[in-house]
Amino acid sequence: MSQLTRLSAAELAERISRRETSAVEVTQAHLDRIGAVDPVVRAFLHLDAEGALAAAAAVDEGLQHGDPAASPLAGVPLALKDVFTTVDMPTTCGSRILKGWRPPYDATVTRKLREAGVVILGKTNMDEFAMGSSTENSAYGVTRNPWDLDRVPGGSGGGSATAVAAFEAPLAIGTDTGGSIRQPSSVTGTVGVKPTYGGVSRYGLVAFSSSLDQGGPVARTVLDAALLHEVIGGHDQLDSTSIDAPVPPVVAAARAGATGELTGVRVGVVNQFRGEGYQPGVLRAFEIAVGRLRDLGAAIVEVSCPAFDYALPAYYLIAPSECSSNLARFDGMRYGLRCGDDGTRTAEEVMSLTREAGFGAEVKRRIILGTYALSAGYYDAYYGQAQKVRTLIIRDFAAAFEKVDVLISPTTPTTAFRLGERVDDPLAMYLSDLCTIPSNLAGNAALSVPAGLADDDGLPVGLQVMAPALADDRAYRVAAAYEAARDATDGDPLWSRVPDLTEDRSPGPSIGTEDRSPGPSIAEVVGR
Amino acid sequence: MPTISRDEVAHLARLARLAVTEEELDLFAGQLDVILTSVARVRQVATEDIPPTSHAIGLEDVFRDDLPGPCLTQQQALSGAYATEDGRFRVPRILDES
Amino acid sequence: MTAGMTTELMDYDEVVARFDPVLGLEVHVELSTATKMFCSCPNVFGAPPNTRVCPTCLGLPGSLPVLNRAAVESVIRIGLALNCSIAPWCRFARKNYFYPDMPKNFQISQYDEPIAVHGSLELQLGDGSTFTVGIERAHMEEDTGKSLHIGGRTGRIHGASYSLLDYNRAGVPLIEIVTKPIVGAGARAPEVARAYVTALRDLLRALGVSDVRMDQGSLRCDANVSLMPRGSSVFGTRTETKNVNSLRSVERAVRYEMCRQAAVLASGDEIVQETRHFDEASGTTSTGRRKETSEDYRYFPEPDLVPITPSDEWVEKLRTTLPELPWQRQARVQAEWDLSDLELRDLVNAGALDLIAATVDAGAPPAEARSWWVAYLTQQANARGVELAELGINPHQVARVIALVGAGTLTNNLARRVVDGILAGEGEPDDIIATRGLAVVSDESALAAAVEQALAAQPDVAAKIRGGKVAAAGAIVGAVMKATGGKANAQRVRELVLARCAP
Repeated sequence: MSQLTRLSAAELAERISRRETSAVEVTQAHLDRIGAVDPVVRAFLHLDAEGALAAAAAVDEGLQHGDPAASPLAGVPLALKDVFTTVDMPTTCGSRILKGWRPPYDATVTRKLREAGVVILGKTNMDEFAMGSSTENSAYGVTRNPWDLDRVPGGSGGGSATAVAAFEAPLAIGTDTGGSIRQPSSVTGTVGVKPTYGGVSRYGLVAFSSSLDQGGPVARTVLDAALLHEVIGGHDQLDSTSIDAPVPPVVAAARAGATGELTGVRVGVVNQFRGEGYQPGVLRAFEIAVGRLRDLGAAIVEVSCPAFDYALPAYYLIAPSECSSNLARFDGMRYGLRCGDDGTRTAEEVMSLTREAGFGAEVKRRIILGTYALSAGYYDAYYGQAQKVRTLIIRDFAAAFEKVDVLISPTTPTTAFRLGERVDDPLAMYLSDLCTIPSNLAGNAALSVPAGLADDDGLPVGLQVMAPALADDRAYRVAAAYEAARDATDGDPLWSRVPDLTEDRSPGPSIGTEDRSPGPSIAEVVGR
Repeated sequence: MPTISRDEVAHLARLARLAVTEEELDLFAGQLDVILTSVARVRQVATEDIPPTSHAIGLEDVFRDDLPGPCLTQQQALSGAYATEDGRFRVPRILDES
Repeated sequence: MTAGMTTELMDYDEVVARFDPVLGLEVHVELSTATKMFCSCPNVFGAPPNTRVCPTCLGLPGSLPVLNRAAVESVIRIGLALNCSIAPWCRFARKNYFYPDMPKNFQISQYDEPIAVHGSLELQLGDGSTFTVGIERAHMEEDTGKSLHIGGRTGRIHGASYSLLDYNRAGVPLIEIVTKPIVGAGARAPEVARAYVTALRDLLRALGVSDVRMDQGSLRCDANVSLMPRGSSVFGTRTETKNVNSLRSVERAVRYEMCRQAAVLASGDEIVQETRHFDEASGTTSTGRRKETSEDYRYFPEPDLVPITPSDEWVEKLRTTLPELPWQRQARVQAEWDLSDLELRDLVNAGALDLIAATVDAGAPPAEARSWWVAYLTQQANARGVELAELGINPHQVARVIALVGAGTLTNNLARRVVDGILAGEGEPDDIIATRGLAVVSDESALAAAVEQALAAQPDVAAKIRGGKVAAAGAIVGAVMKATGGKANAQRVRELVLARCAP
């Protein structure tokens, strides 16, 4: 493995801008790494080697002409979750219904990355339309966790987290609706950030649940995540929910945190996120992390947020409701898959056949659930009540942030579970997002930073740091301080201990490529 | 007594334009019953005087000036279409056209 | 089914003797903003298909709506003009249903939180009485695309027909204005319906917020009609008639539904709650979509848009931009032009009042403006079977023609030919004068030469004039007019002839 792939994004950008190495070399090193390990982990749905090398060459050319670097990440490669639109690559959202769809426009995040000179290597695998916690709901096969190929990489952004953990890219973009950045980061030993809702434009992010979706960075270090956050963040006139305020100073916070202490910082431990249902190894790793924060000078406070107990059920009403509406547009009329159009069927019949064949089981379940929750007779009892619970969760956060600067918890109750383990038990799958969901409902910032390995199974554990809305920098500061202390104690960063995937190690039985939807296979319906 | 019946799931699937199979109906009815029973816990929360939240970050009055911007070309607009004719999207016959 | 082919109708007099009609009118108005409701695509009519679209109005995955400020200002102004309260806080909701002309399969609309509520509009009826219609609400929503249906049933079980979709209209700002139930109109119900849509159209035109072209669909009316037995206060089952594309059709559709429903009720049957379609040619309505179950639109607050909170300052500022409204204008011109109530009503009924007033505003003397609109232009409109406003000439053009007559550039005869040119789409008055060569010949030497020629051609007539028979000058004037193609000022010609033949 080229040493270039083990460098941080910050270091790579430095070397590229000082012309000690070229962006093309860096990109090529990562493409080589992808060639070597992606057949095993399968993080990418689409690679654009040619486009990536051309983008890298453009960065090198600019530097050669003496132009200033377009951004502190110019020339650094990145893996983009396949839920952001790209004019030069397909955008499938892990769904068969969008197979091969080439959008005629770039997402704002895509545009900002290009303008910053970031090199987009390709699009990463994900649970279909970001619905899932294991990336097993992708129509294009599973992604494997680089720490243990028989385990899931989390979800929905398992592809992005795996790409970063497996040194296929130093940076990735994910989206987080209920934990889809943080939970995969937790189980792959990477840093994943859900910015304050409205902090990163959603224009061109294919919506799952509009009031919860938020794009954010995935990286191996807190500083790298912060650098990427500043590239993609900021107001966008094309998104009405985009916050018209400067991006919080997350890079400065990450740098300050890495060198400083946490004296005077009040850290709240959320009572609700411990105990039953939590893997003992996760809880022990969390306690060690709490101890480290205390050693750094933080004041640790127990905080109770009773409404958090209702976050999961509220989420599983709100998100499916919004998704049932957001996904209605996938009907085969204007783009994407169309099935059953034999000249005799009506548009309505063709829509129904297309959606049946194009969506996987989890997406259908949620569409039906959301259709139910929004129905006239049930709206108040379900959707309306969930929106009230949302208010209570916001109030719990507000009360907590009067007493503490940040809140912490394990990111997810367990380490990576085995492939297939929860596929047939939706409720068990949903529990993966227990601790991450409150911040989606309340819109505040939250991140996951690696907290070592669980002592019972040797797999990565994530520490979740939650900060108030628009105070994303606070979470970065605490996470960076913790990261520095952790690496100082452990002697090496967690990411460096990922198994070398190029060793001859056969993956488990292939369960990736066939379709697991209980619906009719694509061959059974009249295709194009 | 399940929270949601198989017939209800079938009705919802029709409403959502999903031509689900009989096997799916059996599977989904059971799973949705379990999920709904679980999420119905939100109803235990006393929320009489609690206003609902639809936007976590309370922005208001976001407008755009009435200035024309660029459009897609017809070719771009139709680029993802399964079938086109005369610059339009071609779709199966529409029932009950009003 | 065959029994239903001939619909029983009750005689109208009997209908109104036995039943009280209840109306509800829903008018959809396309705003004439420069751009669409939620994206910056130009809001234009008649562009090549799918060329005024972007990711947002095409509903492409990932796209998002951003609200057009001008559309909000338009609906607030409409609300104020309709005496509505403007909500201090309102928002959009999603109305979910599948239909191919709707790119997202939901429509962004306003549901239980509309921007304008509880207004009224006062109507003047043909008999001089007034009728006040209550306004329930005015709210914002987006228009759908347009579908074109190709082919049809060809005798085979499975027809080969399909549809073609153009989304240029998708996302065009729509305002829906809904009346409260209109009760108590009795026999005047069809007239009230027409008068309401007319008054609303005139109001919207005065506000300058819409083209209000019913023929182009920028103003569309759905008429809800139900009957209750005279003396009852329990509303009957209603039908909703769509496809009512002209003012006349509004009146006919309401009247037809009253007669049809009365016959159904009289025969002991029940009215089916349904959507019906008005057929312009036959003047009848027919069953449209019969909903198997009542639609469940699963409304919920639109998460991609944020609430709107019109401040008092904003609303009051918009109030100051309201133009003189039609009824204010009527009161004013009646006083200024010294019209009797009857004269005023005739002008209003002919749809001429606003046009005359606008012509006066453009500089024409009131008497001449009136004369043009109620005489020549009304004749032309009647001959073409269109409303005055849709005739194809605007008040500025009429005012210009009047000014040219006043300046002696045109005679009345020439002026009518210029107007004919305008109606034929040949352009502005000055262009038509140039291209058709219609200006009065004012070159004295040319006129003198023509007079000389005419006198020479008719020496006997010339002698008579010289002999004091002034009446004979008419023949020479006629000859000169003929020679100049009617472009000479006959009065001037006459003066020249008399001067030349002075004894």
